[in-house]
Amino acid sequence: MADYREIISAYKEVPGGIIEAYHAVQKEYSYIPEDAVVYAAQVFDIPEAKAYGVATFYSYLKVGPRGKNVIRICESAPCHIAGADKVVAALEKELGIKMGETTPDGKFTLEFAECVGQCQATPVITINSQPYGDVTADKIAAILTEYK
Amino acid sequence: MAEEMRIVLRNYGKVDPLNIDSYTQVGGYQALAKAKSMSQTDLIEEVKKSGLRGRGGAGFNTGMKWSFSYGVKADQKYVICNADEGEPGTYKDRIIMENDPQSVLEGMAICGYAIGANKGYIYCRGEYPYVVEILNKAIAQASEKGLLGDFNIEVRMGAGAYVCGEESALIESIEGHRGEPRFKPPFPPVIGLWGKPTIVNNVETFANIPAIVDKGADWYKGIGAAGYPGTKVMTLTGDIVNRTVIEVPTNTTIRQVLDDFGGGITGGKKFKAVQIGGTSGGFIPESLLDTPIDFDSMSAIGATLGSGAFFVMDETRDIVDVIDRISKFFAHESCGKCTPCREGTQRMHEMLHRVKNGGAVAGDLDYMERLGSVMSKACLCGLGQAAPAPVLTTLKHFRNDYTAKFN
Repeated sequence: MADYREIISAYKEVPGGIIEAYHAVQKEYSYIPEDAVVYAAQVFDIPEAKAYGVATFYSYLKVGPRGKNVIRICESAPCHIAGADKVVAALEKELGIKMGETTPDGKFTLEFAECVGQCQATPVITINSQPYGDVTADKIAAILTEYK
Repeated sequence: MAEEMRIVLRNYGKVDPLNIDSYTQVGGYQALAKAKSMSQTDLIEEVKKSGLRGRGGAGFNTGMKWSFSYGVKADQKYVICNADEGEPGTYKDRIIMENDPQSVLEGMAICGYAIGANKGYIYCRGEYPYVVEILNKAIAQASEKGLLGDFNIEVRMGAGAYVCGEESALIESIEGHRGEPRFKPPFPPVIGLWGKPTIVNNVETFANIPAIVDKGADWYKGIGAAGYPGTKVMTLTGDIVNRTVIEVPTNTTIRQVLDDFGGGITGGKKFKAVQIGGTSGGFIPESLLDTPIDFDSMSAIGATLGSGAFFVMDETRDIVDVIDRISKFFAHESCGKCTPCREGTQRMHEMLHRVKNGGAVAGDLDYMERLGSVMSKACLCGLGQAAPAPVLTTLKHFRNDYTAKFN
């Protein structure tokens, strides 16, 4: 795994590049380590509070550990009326965790999302940003086997 | 029977998005060459005359916007393509970028020439990493062939903040800050990215530009509704038979979209409501279905065209449940910079939750109307101003659904 210091430093000369740097760190780690936020503050020469403020403002970014595979479930109105709650229940049952939690083996994290732009096939989940449309409770086990 | 008309989606399914040659073979980049043969003022005048209004939701005259940036002397100007598409129910910009990225790049380059900018950014939502790849490949191919001239384009990724669809919040985000809207004026066309004149237009707006330059303002002005000419890309979701994307002239009615393109309601059920323009749009009852979709006709019925999302609910849907869900969205997405939005969205969600769970009394509906009315006037940006629209329009058209929840 590439060191977050190297990843962040590569964006030093990019104007406003801290968000791009965070994306790059998250792509490698699946989250942004707390120390990486402190390091980003140094690289971009801004207060730590601001570096932390940016990292936590955006819902796609996550400071602090989460699982290798991040499963996000859209709960916006079109997915809501299409039965997103049943998909949530099936995911929680299959993985044995609640929304917002990570499995003990560190393989999966469950998170809510607000719209992922795949509303032609509601309800939708994404796994590591890969969308799965027209998801039903009974499709969950098969989808997850790809990642186990 | 209404028919589709494809201007923005003119190349949908006809070109290979990853092969620029297939774009040039259908006449791609001829519009940019034609634009460059015109003076900047003539080009801006042509776009202005076409009547094209921004397709991101605000509906401002595009050529007029460009003229503001053109008129400012500056050592650097910027063109930004707003691809932050975060409106639930909307995925049209993704469809455009996935299928025909070059038309967006060409539109941006034409804008760059018009205002005197040599640098462009595409701010693409973080949930579309696969679209970012397509865009980067498209930019590399166009640059390699020298088709963009001295106009450079860089893709920046949004990171999941709905408010960044607002142009000044988007600019803040590109600058590496929290995406909080700026106080206006000054407006971005005069003082935008890094304090320089900046045009921010939506993906769909840019995709229209090459066609307008190619065929002329008069051709475009003759399509659709007079006050909002051209076409609109609509995304059909919810309880509708055809969940799909269409492009129709702007004088098409809501009923035509529902029946002719959407194939009506699923399962033979009856229509209850359609929300147009995404999650901040108004709810429209059966009695208003013969309204044309154009910007002004929608405003006249207290609704919006917005992003063109078309979210249908059948007779079995619990309107209050859906509104409760929508109010949660706004409470979550409010950036917190201004008080009416930060507090208003929270209180609105609390009240709706109470109504949904049978804990409300008649006076609560009046409070909700009053709060919504204050927010629509007092909030700093479009997020807070539009947030109460679903509540206010359902209190108007579906009040019985609320009172039925009272104990």
